[in-house]
Amino acid sequence: MDTILSVEGLGKTYASGHTALESVSLDIKRGEILALLGPNGAGKTTLISVICGLVTPTAGRVTVDGADIVQDYRRARSLIGLVPQEVVLEPFEKVANDVAFSRGLYGKRTDPAFMEKLLRTLSLWDKRDAPILTLSGGMKRRVLIAKALAHEPRILFLDEPTAGVDVELRKEMWETVAELKRQGVTIILTTHYIEEAEAIADRIGIISGGELLLVEEKAALMARMGRRQLTLTLAEPVARLPASLAPYDLALEDEGRSLVWSEGGDVMAGDVLAAVAKAGLSVRDVATHQRSLEEIFVALVAEDGQARKNREAA
Amino acid sequence: MNTYAIWAIYRHEMARAFRTTLQSLIAPVITTSLYFVVFGGAIGSRIAEVEGVSYASFIVPGLIMLTVLTQSVTNAAFGIFFPKFIGSIYEYLTAPISFYELVIGFVGAAATKSFLIGLIILATATLFVDVSVAHPAAMVLLLLVTCIVFALFGFIIGIWSKNFEQLQLVPLLIITPLVFLGGSFYSVSMLPDTWQTVTLFNPVVYLVSAFRWSFFGAADVNLAFSLAMIGLFAAVCLAIIGWMFRTGYRLRA
Ligand SMILES: Nc1ncnc2c1ncn2[C@@H]1O[C@H](COP(=O)(O)OP(=O)(O)O)[C@@H](O)[C@H]1O
Ligand SMILES: [Mg+2]
Repeated sequence: MDTILSVEGLGKTYASGHTALESVSLDIKRGEILALLGPNGAGKTTLISVICGLVTPTAGRVTVDGADIVQDYRRARSLIGLVPQEVVLEPFEKVANDVAFSRGLYGKRTDPAFMEKLLRTLSLWDKRDAPILTLSGGMKRRVLIAKALAHEPRILFLDEPTAGVDVELRKEMWETVAELKRQGVTIILTTHYIEEAEAIADRIGIISGGELLLVEEKAALMARMGRRQLTLTLAEPVARLPASLAPYDLALEDEGRSLVWSEGGDVMAGDVLAAVAKAGLSVRDVATHQRSLEEIFVALVAEDGQARKNREAA
Repeated sequence: MNTYAIWAIYRHEMARAFRTTLQSLIAPVITTSLYFVVFGGAIGSRIAEVEGVSYASFIVPGLIMLTVLTQSVTNAAFGIFFPKFIGSIYEYLTAPISFYELVIGFVGAAATKSFLIGLIILATATLFVDVSVAHPAAMVLLLLVTCIVFALFGFIIGIWSKNFEQLQLVPLLIITPLVFLGGSFYSVSMLPDTWQTVTLFNPVVYLVSAFRWSFFGAADVNLAFSLAMIGLFAAVCLAIIGWMFRTGYRLRA
């Protein structure tokens, strides 16, 4: 795997004594979109802040394209762009000036052609001479993105880019992200909207209580955990599963009124239906369901919370 | 060295000042004029010459110092406090710049502003009194050094301040009294002996004294000693700023 960013055993305990990150390790592939999914307070912003140099870690290390974020901070940081969670902009600054300022901070010469392209991509060109305070919330967010991209970074962090943003703008943001990916930018975004991760991510990391519970390809995650289920509602309830159905992964539910089959192996739904009919059970209704990312996420986080409680109790 | 970044910060800070040109430049002119009317005209006419110059002329260097010191501190303090306050500081902290590049940009801009104000006050003063500068090069150099050193100090205040009250506290409670008691409006030798001794602990005395020497050729205290004190103060400020950035004091969690 071609790793562009490597996080090893990263830990952060704030001065307040609160541990926001517990030994997080993570490799990010060049050119991918990774969504960090987690509830509020999970440590998403802390993780991003450490990587970008805003928060000092208490353990572990981070390298960006081989450059250590502490020892070789100039090279590491020049590869990164950050769009913070909060809209923090100088109110009286004009859009184009502010974006040019960001480029300057990264030691890059002004480039009018690039600037025009960037502002046009983000639909800010018409507003280039407007003071930031006159812009709408969505526009301000785009200014933040323009500032983060002003120095042509290879990695872009988007911290909750669509929190509190209306549906239309969210779709627009996703398109922007997709376009950046086409240009070869690696994107790490945090979100607590599962549909967002589902819509745009290549890989999904689930973070809860400062721990990374898993990182997996979205497709693999869905295939592994988002198994399809077939629910057969029976005409007559049965007390027990007939012996002839034992080879199938079937569960009797709803006080014997329904049979639930979970997809797996070489067995096909038709085989199951045939076997059920052969066993003499009459089926009133058939329904299929696929566990969504949301259900996977909720289950994982709940499991983690339970494990945490057990550990504390022990 | 990331010179583009220094230049970007410097220009960004200067642009902020020029958005409020009226406040930043007209206000000192009015204040200075008032000082001349009150101290130079009304009171000065009853005071005999001090160290061989008329009282109105005598207070010119002190007046410039009074304003320049306060402006340097408040400009630099506000410059770094403002992005901290609104949150846009994240950009400085995530950019590939070192603390000294950041300091050069911010302190350079603050010092430029107060230096310009110093010159404006000098120009205003010539409208009221005869001002002759005995050592012009030394005068400009001393003014510049003062602007830079006190902007460094202001930069520390800006990082340290958690709110606007604290931001205003230091200039109000420390700088203004030090300048008033630093011989701006009198010669230290005019004070009773015990007060003269107390005054020697006030760093501003050395600045005002050296600056007055550049105008009139006479000083209350030894010039080399004055310069050494200013240098020492600058070194202490730089050390504190370096420590702040190393540890992330009130900058990084
Ligand atoms: N500067 C700080 N000092 C102390 N605790 C903090 C600080 N910043 C964040 N935290 C705490 O760390 C935890 C993780 O916060 P954060 O990384 O912002 O989570 P997320 O972005 O996933 O919502 C939270 O419990 C939060 O209260
Ligand atoms: Mg967050």
